[in-house]
Amino acid sequence: MSKKENALIKLTNAGVRKNRNWLVRGITMSVHSGEIVTLIGPNGSGKTTTAKMALGLLGLNEGTTSRKNNLRIGYVPQKLQIDWTVPIKVKRFISLTTKISDKEIEFALSLTNTSHLSDKEIRVLSGGELQRVMVARAIALSPEFLVLDEPVQGVDYKGEDAIYNLIEETRTKLNCGILLISHDLHMVMSTTDKVICLNGHICCSGTPGVVTTSPEFKDLFGERMVTNLAIYQHNHDHEHLMDGSIKK
Amino acid sequence: MLDDFFIRSIIGGVGVATVVGPLGCFVVWRRLAYFGDTLSHSALLGVALALLLQINITLSVFITSVFVAFALLFLQKGQKLSSDTLLGLLAHSTIALGLIALSFMTWVRVDLMGFLFGDILSITKRDILIIWVGGLLVLICLILVWKKLFAATVSPEIAEAEGLNPQRSNFFFMIMLALVIAISMKIVGVMLLTALLIIPAASARHFSTSPEQMAIISILFGISSVLFGLFSSLEFDIPAGPSIIVASLILFLFTISKNLILKDT
Repeated sequence: MSKKENALIKLTNAGVRKNRNWLVRGITMSVHSGEIVTLIGPNGSGKTTTAKMALGLLGLNEGTTSRKNNLRIGYVPQKLQIDWTVPIKVKRFISLTTKISDKEIEFALSLTNTSHLSDKEIRVLSGGELQRVMVARAIALSPEFLVLDEPVQGVDYKGEDAIYNLIEETRTKLNCGILLISHDLHMVMSTTDKVICLNGHICCSGTPGVVTTSPEFKDLFGERMVTNLAIYQHNHDHEHLMDGSIKK
Repeated sequence: MLDDFFIRSIIGGVGVATVVGPLGCFVVWRRLAYFGDTLSHSALLGVALALLLQINITLSVFITSVFVAFALLFLQKGQKLSSDTLLGLLAHSTIALGLIALSFMTWVRVDLMGFLFGDILSITKRDILIIWVGGLLVLICLILVWKKLFAATVSPEIAEAEGLNPQRSNFFFMIMLALVIAISMKIVGVMLLTALLIIPAASARHFSTSPEQMAIISILFGISSVLFGLFSSLEFDIPAGPSIIVASLILFLFTISKNLILKDT
């Protein structure tokens, strides 16, 4: 089977315009099962817009999009603002769009170390806690296509690592396609299959190794970043538990 | 039993409170208080149109509210003005248009105060029938779309990305809101209607940990306000519509003070 046939989503020359300005243009990309595709780029480069095009949340002004039929999607948006007047507990939030059993909810929360929050109201959570809960919710749906828009915002350092590990585990376990927006180039280097570097259009794309050595990448992120990245390109030979100790 | 005007008022008022409770919760959650206000103000234009075209007032008010709701959605898309400016524009121009249209119709004698501030004590058996049939219809629809509408309220983006259709839920919500305005107008009038939507819901917030709980508690608060308001109206000879609203305000103040006391201890 060729790769093209089992693409979960595919954008072809897609672009979105707001008033007269193009937010992004000429985006051609696809995400397949079991693949992690990461979007990187400076602020305002159209990362979130591209993710929304892939999700079908934005109408295209040019180009086409195709999505697998009845694709089961899990989405962690960049921002979630719930009015404080809405009484909703974490548990209920997990099964917001699909009915999920208590056991599965508990399991999903345990993955992001948030089991203790299950009976708390969403409005009392801190930014980092809410972020973990959102990741747990998206995974609990056992999606075929998972879209994470900066999933570790406001999450503490240890939690960040755990969430990135979780994303990778989820890919293996569910064999789902993942579209990730991340500023953390460490993650990009270690687990991503394909990097797409955006700045209103696709500057460069390919495997992490190819992208980081391309001149466009250097232009966009600067020489210093490229040099710093070198220290990240090492193999992990151990794993940390949630408390930071080394997993044996 | 239905021949007693006071019993009729209670039956009508309780019916309205039951249906505005859950809908009012959505108005509060979605920050649509001013939107609800605009729709209910436009009801006066609906009244004028009904008298002019000799059609049923409830039907005319419903159609006008739906029309204004969609006019607003349309304007929001095309214009650069902020929502609250557009709402203010529509709310007051529809009421002004309604007043002018009514003043032209010299051949009809209308009880303007009744339309503006409610006339629950003159409620007829027919009004009760409209309230209960319409109210039941809205409640059934609301129960059917509840989960989807709630998901669209919490996050339209997540709802849409994960295969629900928030636009459709919003559409149903507008229709339900317009219907509720049409059937509740008789009770508190177009000027006070929004209060009946939001005050019981706001009072219920402090006691609720789930959306369904908040909906039920706001129904109970709404019913208590109606009863309390109607009895005080009878006792002290004060206007019924405003009494119901003041009763709900007193309940609200009681709930926040209770909340403050609980916080202190």
